Amino acid sequence: MLLRFVLRRLLAGVLLCVGVTLVSFLLTNAVPGDPVTANLGQRAVEDPAAVAAFREAHGLDKPLPQQYVIYLGNLLTGDFGESQQTHRPVATDLGDKVPATLELALTAIVITLVVGVGLGVVAALARDRWPDQVLRVVSLFGVSMPTFWLALVGYYFISFQLDLLPAGGRLPPGTRPPTAITGMYTLDALLTGNWTAFGAAFSRLLLPALVLAAFTVGVMLRFTRAAVLEVLGNDYVRAARAKGLPESTVVRRHVLRPALVSVITVAGVAFANLLSGTVLVEKIFSWRGVGEYAFTSALALDLPAIMGVSLVVAVVYVLVNLVVDVTYGLVDPRIRQS
Amino acid sequence: MSTPAEPTADPTVDTATDARAIGVLTRSPWRQPLAVIGIVVIVGWLLVAVLAPMIAPADPLAQTFGKLSPPSAEHPFGTDNLNRDVLSRVLHGARISIPLAMLLVVLSAVVGAIMGGIAGYFGGWVDAAIMRVTDLVFAFPAIILAMAVSAALGPGLSNAVLALTIVLWPGYARVIRGLVLSAGQQEYVQASRLLGSSALRTLTVELGPSVAGPVLVLVALDVGNAILLLSGLSFLGLGAQPPAAEWGAMVSAGTAVFDSWWVGLFPGLAILTVVLGFNFLGDTIRDALDPRTARAIRS
Repeated sequence: MLLRFVLRRLLAGVLLCVGVTLVSFLLTNAVPGDPVTANLGQRAVEDPAAVAAFREAHGLDKPLPQQYVIYLGNLLTGDFGESQQTHRPVATDLGDKVPATLELALTAIVITLVVGVGLGVVAALARDRWPDQVLRVVSLFGVSMPTFWLALVGYYFISFQLDLLPAGGRLPPGTRPPTAITGMYTLDALLTGNWTAFGAAFSRLLLPALVLAAFTVGVMLRFTRAAVLEVLGNDYVRAARAKGLPESTVVRRHVLRPALVSVITVAGVAFANLLSGTVLVEKIFSWRGVGEYAFTSALALDLPAIMGVSLVVAVVYVLVNLVVDVTYGLVDPRIRQS
Repeated sequence: MSTPAEPTADPTVDTATDARAIGVLTRSPWRQPLAVIGIVVIVGWLLVAVLAPMIAPADPLAQTFGKLSPPSAEHPFGTDNLNRDVLSRVLHGARISIPLAMLLVVLSAVVGAIMGGIAGYFGGWVDAAIMRVTDLVFAFPAIILAMAVSAALGPGLSNAVLALTIVLWPGYARVIRGLVLSAGQQEYVQASRLLGSSALRTLTVELGPSVAGPVLVLVALDVGNAILLLSGLSFLGLGAQPPAAEWGAMVSAGTAVFDSWWVGLFPGLAILTVVLGFNFLGDTIRDALDPRTARAIRS
């Protein structure tokens, strides 16, 4: 039963990824301009042999559906094309950038879950009293904040004027990154027991992660509040209270658990949000991640790079949602059966 | 900023609850201070948008005010790196961001209504196909999909609106499909179909009115979000192009002259306040529509 559920979700995820490749393929083709010029650059185009080789390698002389199959085949072998700006394979570029963004987004999601869920529970338990009212305004500020502006203001005031946290880049200038294992500096530093590197990397990670989390904390706070309120209205909660259980036990044992289960579902959406936000945040904090890469590629109309980023991000999103769905199915048998 | 157009309301909202939302706001406005603040802020910014040429102290494009001078009595928000008056540019920015955000949500709602209406009415493979397309759009984070599309179309405000419409319509399509599915079961709709009405007539004349109310609420809830997305694209250089006085682009200019904090601070504050206005109002409406919280508001 559970295995079939997981397999069904997995299949849906794979189909979605194939759909994503179709969209990115069509987008590349819809763009005005010759992909040969776009990929090889002006100089190489004057060399007929290079043009012919490129056309054959990417099947540009064949009909569209066949081109798509070739494109898929190239993707499967890890060939995302070559970036026009870095003149390196997009796959290599992404390999460098993905861990940086993942480090940022994972830290932000941890902040979101701890702060957003915690405050959401507080708001629900204090329903309509002043803590609830204050938190309502706080969460509305969070979801109304232009992320890119918060990043700029945070950088200027917290880092530059008040000198509370260092910012700009992933490590102090001139520092060598810790031995690469995952590519995430804080995690690598921890794994190698390099505490100075951990401190340096973590202090630079904190401010961008907080900025990034501002929006999702707002979302999570409101959602958790609603989820807890919904559970509080259930008959079994009234029954638990009626049989004389202390309120703290009722909340801990009968309210929080079911409420937090539904919080899992929003975590996936929150993660997609964070990935959007990284594009805006990384630019300001000179964080050399996927977002910054996507931004510079978009400005330079570097299509292979843009498509590579879209694909990777969509695949990550599909995977995160798969994990969310399966976790949800594991904890709530009703979902498995529907 | 935003989720890939996550539906912001429950698809089962019916028109009675709309009436209740409006009732909550008109009967006892002073019990809803947030909504009142929201309305005041929105009306204020709309007035600024209309009156900008009259109230702005200077031409937003004039480059004659000295380079990067800090806020002063003469230039309350200072001047930017191209010798322009930042206050005038912020005031004029309202004429770009607010109307375009409204256009964006209306466009998305119209496309969503057409696709959602078709999906809900015809069902079967048409429905399945349209819903898979919406899944696909949801799989891309909003800004990244919009970035890819507007990079492909070429940077510019109208292309940014187009790109964001592609991102936002599926949210509307899903809600409207749900509304059409539930309203389609009503006897008067069945009767109209039995009398030989065309699909177009059934969808517009019979189902249109019952779908319109909730969709309008959704549109109102989404304006703040649309402003954030549009200014985000402009910040990235894919929306408004220089020398347009657009808020996102102005914050972006502020990042280039980091020490002159006023260049980026004030346009960002403009975005924050107007989006807060829409979200203060929207949150109150959402609360009134939500049966879990509605009671607390009415009492």
